[in-house]
Amino acid sequence: MTEKLVIIGNGMAPGRMLEHLIEKAPDRYEVTIFNAEPRVNYDRIMLSPVLSGEKEYEEIIIHGDGWYIKHGITLYKGHRIVAIDRDARTVTSDHGVTETYDKLVIATGSVPFILPVPGKDLPGVITYRDLDDVQAMLLAAQSREKAVVIGGGLLGLEAAAGLAGRGMDVTVLHVMPTLMDRQLDPAAGYLLEKELEGRGIKIICKANTKAIVGNGKVEGIELDDGRIIPATLVVMAVGIRPSVGLAKEAGLAVNRGIVVDQGMQTSDGHIWALGECAEVGGMVYGLVAPLYEMARVAASHLAGERSAAFVHSDTPTKLKVTGIELFSLGDFADGDDREEIVLRDAAAGVYKRVVLKGNRIIGTVLYGETADGAWFNDLKKKETDVSEMRQTLIFGQAFQGGAPLDPMAAVAALPDDAEICGCNGVCKGKIVSTIAGKGLTSLDDVRAHTKASASCGSCTGLVEQLMTLTLGESYSPAAVQPMCGCTDLGHDEVRRLIKAKGLKTIPAVMQELEWKTSCGCAKCRPALNYYLVCDFPDEYADDYQSRFINERVHANIQKDGTYSVVPRMWGGVTNSGELRAIADVVDKFEIPLVKVTGGQRIDLLGIEKEDLPAVWADLGKAGFISGQAYAKGLRTVKTCVGSDWCRFGTQDSTGLGIRIEKFMWGSWTPAKLKMAVSGCPRNCAEATCKDIGVICVDSGFEIHFAGAAGLDIKGTEVLGLVRTEDEALEHIVALTQMYREQARYLERIYKWAKRIGLDEIRRQIMDDTDKRKAFFDRFVFSQKFAQVDPWSERVSGKDKHEFRPMATIGYPQAAE
Amino acid sequence: MTWFAIGNIADIPLRGARCVKTPQGKIAVFRTAENEAFAIEDHCPHKGGPLSQGIVHAKAVTCPLHNWVISLETGRALGADEGAVKTIALRNDDGALFIALESLMMAAE
Repeated sequence: MTEKLVIIGNGMAPGRMLEHLIEKAPDRYEVTIFNAEPRVNYDRIMLSPVLSGEKEYEEIIIHGDGWYIKHGITLYKGHRIVAIDRDARTVTSDHGVTETYDKLVIATGSVPFILPVPGKDLPGVITYRDLDDVQAMLLAAQSREKAVVIGGGLLGLEAAAGLAGRGMDVTVLHVMPTLMDRQLDPAAGYLLEKELEGRGIKIICKANTKAIVGNGKVEGIELDDGRIIPATLVVMAVGIRPSVGLAKEAGLAVNRGIVVDQGMQTSDGHIWALGECAEVGGMVYGLVAPLYEMARVAASHLAGERSAAFVHSDTPTKLKVTGIELFSLGDFADGDDREEIVLRDAAAGVYKRVVLKGNRIIGTVLYGETADGAWFNDLKKKETDVSEMRQTLIFGQAFQGGAPLDPMAAVAALPDDAEICGCNGVCKGKIVSTIAGKGLTSLDDVRAHTKASASCGSCTGLVEQLMTLTLGESYSPAAVQPMCGCTDLGHDEVRRLIKAKGLKTIPAVMQELEWKTSCGCAKCRPALNYYLVCDFPDEYADDYQSRFINERVHANIQKDGTYSVVPRMWGGVTNSGELRAIADVVDKFEIPLVKVTGGQRIDLLGIEKEDLPAVWADLGKAGFISGQAYAKGLRTVKTCVGSDWCRFGTQDSTGLGIRIEKFMWGSWTPAKLKMAVSGCPRNCAEATCKDIGVICVDSGFEIHFAGAAGLDIKGTEVLGLVRTEDEALEHIVALTQMYREQARYLERIYKWAKRIGLDEIRRQIMDDTDKRKAFFDRFVFSQKFAQVDPWSERVSGKDKHEFRPMATIGYPQAAE
Repeated sequence: MTWFAIGNIADIPLRGARCVKTPQGKIAVFRTAENEAFAIEDHCPHKGGPLSQGIVHAKAVTCPLHNWVISLETGRALGADEGAVKTIALRNDDGALFIALESLMMAAE
């Protein structure tokens, strides 16, 4: 026989309680929920990112409608319970629905505290509690007028940062001398104030609000010193009060909150209470971690396990404002029996303070650098005697006991019971054992199974490090990284789906793969454009608006908005006629700088955009085509003089370089592709740090690939040795096509090769003749459409609009 | 304020931009995928990059120099970056575009 469980309130605490209960006793109860808010259970901690625009409401839903249906739970949305009849065991909603219960859970949460000042009821005065408040703030922010936030605590500052980010002129009024005085000491409060002021938020501390003024709507705030702060929006974030009215009327024991025992039971044996409305051990709570602990305890009792008990523990605090690192824990007031260790780095904006009592940590404040927060929390929780490490304690865990400064080492060194996720109270051991036990491989899996990093997300980095520790090389966070914020799919998945579904336009890809934005972003659009150019060279119409400016105007943008132009010089070889033509162009257009590049080309810098077509026209007359020095495509083939001139040369390296360049120019690749051919192993063309290189030897041509000489420096790997020039060209072209078809956009060949495996590449290019020929043929086909000189196209009038202003206005008529 | 005709919205590619030269500097005029037009200073608040040369997506543009994303509606930097460019009033009469410039701009010979 199922019992009837009724829950009043549908916030995060009862939501979590139900998850536990469904796990422990899936069929014991028939559950009915009354939610005063007209919606499902969402992550209230994430309202600030919704306000700032970093998240959408849909992304912060914890339980969608489907979850309630799946578990047979009845959810009354927008029903406020107005009466509890304890004798009849019924509750009644404001819409007149009456439900009987065997067991009742009260989770009415809290209500924002409203300052009892004149004008508090004026339109334009709001609180910051639920999604309706956020929507009201977003609406008000459209005006971009002035807003005042009363309250410089956690919520108030998140609201202020969000409103400022939305374009409002924000002033924060705080009654205490420094911000977040309950979580921060004055020094950290000062740093925070400076940071926020740097972002354009005005802060007034020791500000006592006397009245909210306005005629029919808010016009400003009057302080008790007589100052008036103008505002069209006032957000009150001065604290919360447990919502206990209903419980009180029902005759339950109520103090500040609804009084419950350590099993979350109220003074009535059929009624439990949890969340912000509950008072346990004389304390009420507002942070999510203890509320989730209450949920765990209440679920155990409802499932019949009467031994579970709620125990108080300090919860670290973090501020969810992008770019502000702040951590606070425990008690950090000064005292005669206390000692403190302080580290300040003014230049870096770092402040750290650890408060000790009897050689044990009782409080910690970290500002600017919070990576050691978990470690300090662990030391405090365990009451570790820190006298041995006092000298270096403040520098953090990495400096203890000569441990190496490897970022992984710090995580590896954490004990199993160290708390990683503060919101959900998940420790390292639980995460590691769940990854291993359930064979988890993705961050989303770990979130789903352990709840770690599933609430505020600030521990995501730590969780990923644990995954790397547990799974080793097989987990690379990049492997599950979405292309960008517009999709959850990674590059490889997108490439595979483009082929599988035959998607041939960017809108088709976005539609079929359910892009989350209307027209993508500057990250995904160039990538998609490349994938389509590569996969459908004959059918796809290149979308210039999805190309980076350099590839759109076929020149390189410089810091001052001018462009540089690099004509192609095959294999780095030129002659007097070409040089004369360049010299004439330099004089005619007064080009300020002429420079020789690392790829054996001549770079003309400082050309105005409007002049580009004329510059190209003159260069084109001398036989030059674009050097594509801007392209994610074939750039240069650098050569040495080889057997024609050099006494050591073994083959015609210059000739081979020119041949490769003439064969491959114009091709687009995932990232830039630079090559070189050296005539002997002395390697004067520096071929062994190129994307693809050739070292000529007496017996033939040694083909190299996967070198790097930029952010990373890496010598090439040998692909193999071939005997003739024809074979060398075929192998190089096939390798390039394999890279074109498989790599992720902006992934250089050495990164792709590392991911795919060198042996696999050798197998497909060196050993598998059919594969190699097929790659070669596909490249040749694609070149039919790619080998069009973009400069001469534009000289003939293509994309004219790119190079001319739309209009010239505001000058005196005579100037025309 | 004076309204100046700058041309037709069709002169700008969809998800693209063109420049308008004024004595006070360049103004970038954008056309979004939804065929809305916006005008802002052609000068990124970060390092002065020409925003008209960036990739246009939704109602924002990504600066070509260092990838700041600027809202075309508010002129403010989106995401973690802080800064803003001036937005310029723009009128769209059935495709004919006009922008408003301060009259003192005219006075400057």
